[in-house]
Amino acid sequence: MRSQRNNIKLEIDWILIFLYLALVGFGWMNIYSASSSADHNEIFDFAARYGKQIIWIGLGILISVFLLFIESSFYEKFAAYIYLATMFLLAGLFIFGKNINGATSWYSIGSFSLQPTEFAKTGTVLALARLLNDRQFSFKPLKNKIKTFIIITIPAILITLQPDPGSALVYLSFILLFYREGLSPNILIVGITAVALFLATLVFGYIYVIGGVLVVTTFILWYIAKGRKKSLRFEWPKILSIVSIILGYVYSVYYLFNYVFKQRHRDRFNILLGLSDDTSDIGYNTYQSIKTISSGGFWGKGYLQGDRTQGKFVPEQDTDYIFSTIGEEWGFWGSMLVVVFFITFILRIVVLAEKQKSTFSRVYGYGVACIFFFHVLINIAMVIGLFPTIGIPLPFFSYGGSSLWGFTMLLFIFIKLDASKNYEL
Amino acid sequence: MKKRSLLFPLLIIVTGFIFISRLFFLQIIKHDSNDISLNSSTIKRIYTYPERGFVFDRNGQLMVANEQTYDVKVIPNEVKPFDTLEFCKLLKIDKDYLEHKLARAKNYSRWLPSVFLSQLSKEDYAYLQEKIYKYKGFSIQRKSLRNYPHKSSSNILGYINEVNEYLAQQNPYYEQGELVGTQGIEKEYEHLLRGTKGVKYKLRNRLNKVIGPYKDGIFDTISKPGEDLTLTIDLELQKYGELLMNNKRGGIVAIEPNTGEILALVTAPNYDPNLMVGRKKSKNSVILFNDSINKPMIDRGLQAAYAPGSPFKLIQGLIGLQEKVITPETGFYCHHGYKYASGKHNFMGCHCDIVGRPIDLRLGIAKSCNSYFANVYKRLIEKYPTPQESVTKWADHLHSFGLGNYLGYDLPSGRKGNIPTSDYYDKVYPRKTWKFPTIISNAIGQGEVVTTPIQLANMIAAIANRGYFYTPHILKKVNDKNIDIEKFTTKRQTTIDKENFAPVIDGMHDVYKSGTAKHVQIKELDMCGKTGTVQNYIRKNGVKYELEDHSIFVAFAPKDNPKIALAIFVENGGYGSMIAAPIASLMIEKYLLGTHKLKYWENRIINTSLEKEYNKQLSIQSLEVAKK
Repeated sequence: MRSQRNNIKLEIDWILIFLYLALVGFGWMNIYSASSSADHNEIFDFAARYGKQIIWIGLGILISVFLLFIESSFYEKFAAYIYLATMFLLAGLFIFGKNINGATSWYSIGSFSLQPTEFAKTGTVLALARLLNDRQFSFKPLKNKIKTFIIITIPAILITLQPDPGSALVYLSFILLFYREGLSPNILIVGITAVALFLATLVFGYIYVIGGVLVVTTFILWYIAKGRKKSLRFEWPKILSIVSIILGYVYSVYYLFNYVFKQRHRDRFNILLGLSDDTSDIGYNTYQSIKTISSGGFWGKGYLQGDRTQGKFVPEQDTDYIFSTIGEEWGFWGSMLVVVFFITFILRIVVLAEKQKSTFSRVYGYGVACIFFFHVLINIAMVIGLFPTIGIPLPFFSYGGSSLWGFTMLLFIFIKLDASKNYEL
Repeated sequence: MKKRSLLFPLLIIVTGFIFISRLFFLQIIKHDSNDISLNSSTIKRIYTYPERGFVFDRNGQLMVANEQTYDVKVIPNEVKPFDTLEFCKLLKIDKDYLEHKLARAKNYSRWLPSVFLSQLSKEDYAYLQEKIYKYKGFSIQRKSLRNYPHKSSSNILGYINEVNEYLAQQNPYYEQGELVGTQGIEKEYEHLLRGTKGVKYKLRNRLNKVIGPYKDGIFDTISKPGEDLTLTIDLELQKYGELLMNNKRGGIVAIEPNTGEILALVTAPNYDPNLMVGRKKSKNSVILFNDSINKPMIDRGLQAAYAPGSPFKLIQGLIGLQEKVITPETGFYCHHGYKYASGKHNFMGCHCDIVGRPIDLRLGIAKSCNSYFANVYKRLIEKYPTPQESVTKWADHLHSFGLGNYLGYDLPSGRKGNIPTSDYYDKVYPRKTWKFPTIISNAIGQGEVVTTPIQLANMIAAIANRGYFYTPHILKKVNDKNIDIEKFTTKRQTTIDKENFAPVIDGMHDVYKSGTAKHVQIKELDMCGKTGTVQNYIRKNGVKYELEDHSIFVAFAPKDNPKIALAIFVENGGYGSMIAAPIASLMIEKYLLGTHKLKYWENRIINTSLEKEYNKQLSIQSLEVAKK
């Protein structure tokens, strides 16, 4: 046992540990900058957010060490139970949850709040890894598709009902995992086409999109008619039905957007797509955030010197909009470095996942990478004004104990699995 | 399987590139370095305003001072429950007012201060100051208001306005709602009077709440007080002029010839400068600016452009001598007028009543003979081969006296007047058919010639100086130091040689000795003057209504080493000798002797009201309105 423990220590991926500590440490510095004020600037002021975050980080490190000491086989054995437990936690919110900012997403114990949404991700990835670990597993049978679908749909629905649709969207990211594990690419293609048509309809108007589709269809039919590829000759009914489905879809997008969506939904999309220049009300967050980042310039204004951060111009700046603090105070080089760190971090997880000998570890690692990627993508894209406002935290940076612990658990379970890949096949 | 593994890493890397490009775009391409400067919206500037400079007259009499008043301000979000009864009693307001004002302040902004009660009296302030700490959210702001100890000189002093949006955009020094001189010397010497405001930079959050000094105040500046100004105005003379112009319309301009200092600049009707201050200002300014009958906001000394009338003959004589078309001895005959072209109507009448003997320059001036100056002008215009050349030459002489253009004095309002040039006539008569008879009215200061009273006064100063003048100005000292402004200390030479002035000045002297101003001469002083009477009429609906003539008088004294030159213009005052001439004498006596020898004339002038005449005009003007 003793020798094995030493070996595990050697097998731990120190690159991930280093990146984790760097991101968490730098994250805390920015939380301090965004949440401290003239009255509250003692580092161990536990009434202030940066002070609380110190506690979360300390406990988070304890959790991570604890996780490293759990037998790796435990996760595989208990994956289903962990999943169920987190699902119960989610469901329990509807009875015991506390409503904060319009969403019933927290359990409140005294002054301490816990957000089970952050732990449901771990449960779900474990469950997926357990499901796909079966040697006979394949996405071909409809039964398996449905099983997979159910595993990710239950938390997604429970979270949407809180309502916290941003966090529910995270479960979409597993499509990358499923593709990797053999799901037909058609689903991926259909999904991407649907999104592209959706956006094109909003930006250009449905008339142009329908016109464009018809022009392309005409070309394809003309190409077939010339008979270069005989095999396609009898495919035209198929093509026409696809085209009519597309046309129907485009028109229904138009109809949904203009007649079913509420104005606030439309506003979000309109600002994102540059169709509206409103900076006062609905676009305020994004506007302030972009302005704040832009004001940082190349070198930034210096740590704690960001006047827009210190003036608290950007709402939610220590949580969802924390990246704007980095942009302002650390400038281009600092924010670029954070992006590079995140990219390296996620790529490292993917690379390690691919090296796993057991399917369980591989699927788990890949799923973890998907979650981190989705969070980083959505959060930073929102803060730099590429995506609409979807409120999900930036891993390790955004203030909040649950999210920090959730991400820490996700990561350290994988580090443990990775470290024992040579011992516990 | 292997191929599929590539998609995710690829997506991650592409995302990284997109993010970094976007950051590059935001932080390097779109980065605006001004945005991190002190103009950033996160930085609040708190100004400390220095006291505005005082203004004194040339003898050190205070003309403009400041008065402290106190505004009570309120920041609604900082208001804590308080004893409303005591508070109302303290401020002498009722509860309705309190609630109404608080609601309005809340409506404006919960975080920004708004005025709760403006201009507390000093006593109320003293009481409140001790108790204000009890009322959280309320604060007292000191405000400085202009105060005028004399109800005089409003046209010179001008007034102060709040900075409007336009000015704030034009001039980065000002912010909307600050104070800026907008008329008179308040405008002209705004940069001296206002001083420089101090500024403290404070960091604030998005609710505009100040959270601390910006960069520990390294950019903060302290305010610099405004400069005290001493004007060239003699306040006693100015007030006396205003008194004499009571119930009349017109202007008096008095200049010290050997310096160009403006001793008095009277316009009538005038207004009390205290009307344009403080709480009642907006109401009063509407009344004053909308008074289209009396036009009290127009400085008639600077802005009223009239035909100069007979005083213009002085300069005609000078030009005649300079151009050598006459000598002092040249004589012309007068036949109760001058026939300048064939035809019954081409005749300019004259009232000099000297028939049968030649009239020379001195007599021509003393008796204001129209025929004499018509002859001189004819010679001037026919001296050169074309009338164009002659008029150009003639206009050049006039321009050298500062006529036909802005004089360059240091007050913000004025008119150019008009000295017709050959271009001017060529434009009016495009076929260039104009000749001497066309423009003969100029000979006696009517026709196209238009001057302002200050131009006329300056012309007299140049005559009194025998050939030069200094640009008239109103600023004498800044903080007790004499000004050294090149523009005002440079001699401006006219085109007339010194020796040519003697006969003209002798003629002006005779005006007092034996001419039209004999009745208002002062024995101790050698005074020189010239009356003028300008016909005027208005046309309404094609009917020409004769109005009472404008009364003009120009004068300087003493004849040798002159100390004062003036021009007086009284609208519809009748003969120059009856109103304008006595005013000139009274002003000169007041300034040079300080005596009251012309008591009779003083009483008579002060009690003369021309309101009746002005009402008559009004009724003619309203004819048309009535028809409509």
